[in-house]
Amino acid sequence: MRIAGALLRHSAGRIGLVIIGVLTVAAVLGLLGLTPHDPLAQDRLARLQPPGGSYFMGTDLFGRDILSRLMVGVGQSFTVAFLSVGIAATAGTVLGLTAAWFGGLWDGVAMRMMDVLLAFPAILLALLIVAILEAGMATSVLAIAVVYTPIFTRVARGPALSLKTRSFVDAARTFGSSRRYILTRHLLGNLVAPLTVQFTLALAWALLTEAALSFLGLGTQPPNPSLGLMLSDSRNLMEMAPWMLIFPAAVIMLAVLGFNLLGDALRDIADPRSRRALT
Amino acid sequence: MTLLSVRDLRVGFGRPGHETEVVKGVDLDLAAGETLAIVGESGSGKSVTAMSINRLVDYSGGRILGGSILLDGTTDLATASEARMQSLRGGEIGMIFQEPMTSLNPVLRIGTQIGEIFAKRRGLSGRAVRQAAIRALERVRIPDAARRLDQAPHQMSGGMLQRIMIAMAFAGEPRLLIADEPTTALDVTIQAQILALLAEMKRETGMGLIFITHDIGLVAGIADRVVVMQGGRAVESGPADEVFDRPAHDYTRHLLSAVPHFRGGRSARVDAVRGKGAAAMLRVEDLGVRFSVGGGFLRQAKGYVHAVEGVSFDLVPGETLGIVGESGSGKSTTARAILDLVRPTAGRVEGAEGRAVQMVFQNPNASLNPRMDVRALLSEPVIAAGRRVDAAALDRMRMLLDKVDLPQDALARYPHEFSGGQRQRICIARALMPNPRVLVLDEAVSALDVSVQAKVLDLLIDLQRDFGLAYLFVSHDMAVVERIAHRIAVIYAGRIVEIGAARSVLSDPRHPYTRKLIAAVPSIERRHVDFALDTDEVPSTLRPGGWQAPPQSWQDHGPDHRVAVEPAA
Repeated sequence: MRIAGALLRHSAGRIGLVIIGVLTVAAVLGLLGLTPHDPLAQDRLARLQPPGGSYFMGTDLFGRDILSRLMVGVGQSFTVAFLSVGIAATAGTVLGLTAAWFGGLWDGVAMRMMDVLLAFPAILLALLIVAILEAGMATSVLAIAVVYTPIFTRVARGPALSLKTRSFVDAARTFGSSRRYILTRHLLGNLVAPLTVQFTLALAWALLTEAALSFLGLGTQPPNPSLGLMLSDSRNLMEMAPWMLIFPAAVIMLAVLGFNLLGDALRDIADPRSRRALT
Repeated sequence: MTLLSVRDLRVGFGRPGHETEVVKGVDLDLAAGETLAIVGESGSGKSVTAMSINRLVDYSGGRILGGSILLDGTTDLATASEARMQSLRGGEIGMIFQEPMTSLNPVLRIGTQIGEIFAKRRGLSGRAVRQAAIRALERVRIPDAARRLDQAPHQMSGGMLQRIMIAMAFAGEPRLLIADEPTTALDVTIQAQILALLAEMKRETGMGLIFITHDIGLVAGIADRVVVMQGGRAVESGPADEVFDRPAHDYTRHLLSAVPHFRGGRSARVDAVRGKGAAAMLRVEDLGVRFSVGGGFLRQAKGYVHAVEGVSFDLVPGETLGIVGESGSGKSTTARAILDLVRPTAGRVEGAEGRAVQMVFQNPNASLNPRMDVRALLSEPVIAAGRRVDAAALDRMRMLLDKVDLPQDALARYPHEFSGGQRQRICIARALMPNPRVLVLDEAVSALDVSVQAKVLDLLIDLQRDFGLAYLFVSHDMAVVERIAHRIAVIYAGRIVEIGAARSVLSDPRHPYTRKLIAAVPSIERRHVDFALDTDEVPSTLRPGGWQAPPQSWQDHGPDHRVAVEPAA
């Protein structure tokens, strides 16, 4: 609650919170099927309708309601983003913490593996994974999770290395505290702030990667709506029906902006040195 | 002739118009060839005052709000232009800082860094720069100066780096040198070297010296005049003898009494318990710790640092053994090896099983997890023992908080809500939670302000009586050790060289190193005794693989006082 309050006092954080809040409500409604129209229902009489009337954002080539499809698409994209970043954060934190704690061979092997992953451009690596497995939502989640794991590994390992040498860890060892207790309470406990910041920023990248995969036809499969797929559909009709392009693009941009603003605000709040600069 | 005259100096920090005044009207006078000591505890404004004289305060967000700083009675430094200040700094006004390690650029060779000053200040170039740099290092008694010029800072000891900083400050031939806690980060024997060097340089050049310190005992030997600062004001100022012998202000008297005075064993504790039939509860035999150097994955170690070598002692209930030595001597490693925080490579430790030995660390800020409240902190040993935090555990927490003079409502508060001294009390309470028999105190009061230090020492002595605890008190500070230890072990280059009853060891030191250590302790009583400048360094404990320590032979001096016999060189 303290964090929510601090976010509301932070001007960028407030804007980010509002954007993500609105998009999340739309996403949840979309996932629950509470959309103005059926996102899959085709209406031949209402093809390529411009925004207005009962179609607030217009319709596409098959007469499907853009707003409804957007709501479901945002739901889809957010689900993929949260799941993949959640997996990446968990795997990366465990890897980073254990690498820092045990050091030696395990640290070397784990970090070199992460270096190899980082050496690939994110979208290329995701393409590779999708190419090996079958395209679809689960594969997107897996691909994006693999791509972002090294980032969390690094975010966890650096501070964990320095936390490990702090006297409170030595003190815990003198009481005979278990390794698990020290790792969770003393190391992970002090990593919550940097990991939260990273989590929020990674959501923005994951969203973009998901959109890119779908755009290339490697993510969500039609007729299911997704942001990337809607952009892809609008390509040839850009001049005739610009609304098909503008709305999904604006939603992607807003979502990325929202997560970035939130992440920056969280970073400011977590870092006491920059706290003075805010007021 | 007055070199520097400061009148009604006021310095503030913060937004213009809303400054918080940190220095509130200070007057200072310094004549050429004189040493002025500014003494005060943290937050007294002593450093800000000094930084205002060379206007470095401008770079740390401060502003001179009023007053004058006259150099030679003509130039007002308080209003001088930045260009003028730049030519004065490093020229007529030199400065040395507390941390020699961070004051030098780690990636540049020493020669480059000194040479830059000669090139800039004296317009020298090429060979002339190098010659001047060698002469400058020789002047601060650095042996083998030509070779040192080609080394990087990390290849030198702290004492040597501080001498290099002094050489750099003198390269500009300053008439005024400001030294801000120049020896606080250094060992006591190195501190004595630096003080002697500064005194000698001052005699040679006739400059004025401003010496800033928190330790009033330290400046006794070198100051001509003393200014005592508290809360941004100079509460007392006068000739050194006057201030030390007849302090007029309460705060000066408080500082003089709070600083632990080293009294050559006369302040040693007399409540010794040894010899009354008490059996040893902790026995350390032939303890050794080695670290391999240069080795790694599939690589042979280049050598071993024998950090601790053949250390033996025992502790009986209710007794304090002080372990004294300088940084790198192995005193902390010994303490950590007993708790298995570093793995001993030789020897035995008996009596440290389970949670019988607990430890209090030097820095209370670092030894308390900032995200845990006091209740969670004190629960740690309970959880570690696999027990539940029940009513009995909470009762013990309250009892211990009471013992260490912290309020009951402390349980719900976080470490940052407490002062440094209170935090160290929390650490002590936490160490006592598992009901240990031995407490290892590793420089446990070194990070505290002097007046807080005295109170924590008294608390430790009370706790020792109440719980029958044995203490292993590791410290570099002879005066502190004198007040708490029954017995003292002097450790040098990883080995104990002298051990025995505190009074006997401190009043009649037998080993040459113990004598040197005791002679280096600054003391108000001995302030008129001059010490010779000696530039010995502690020998390296890095040995080739397979090296065996030569056996030590011991000589007895009295009932409880043994000294290692040094082999004739």
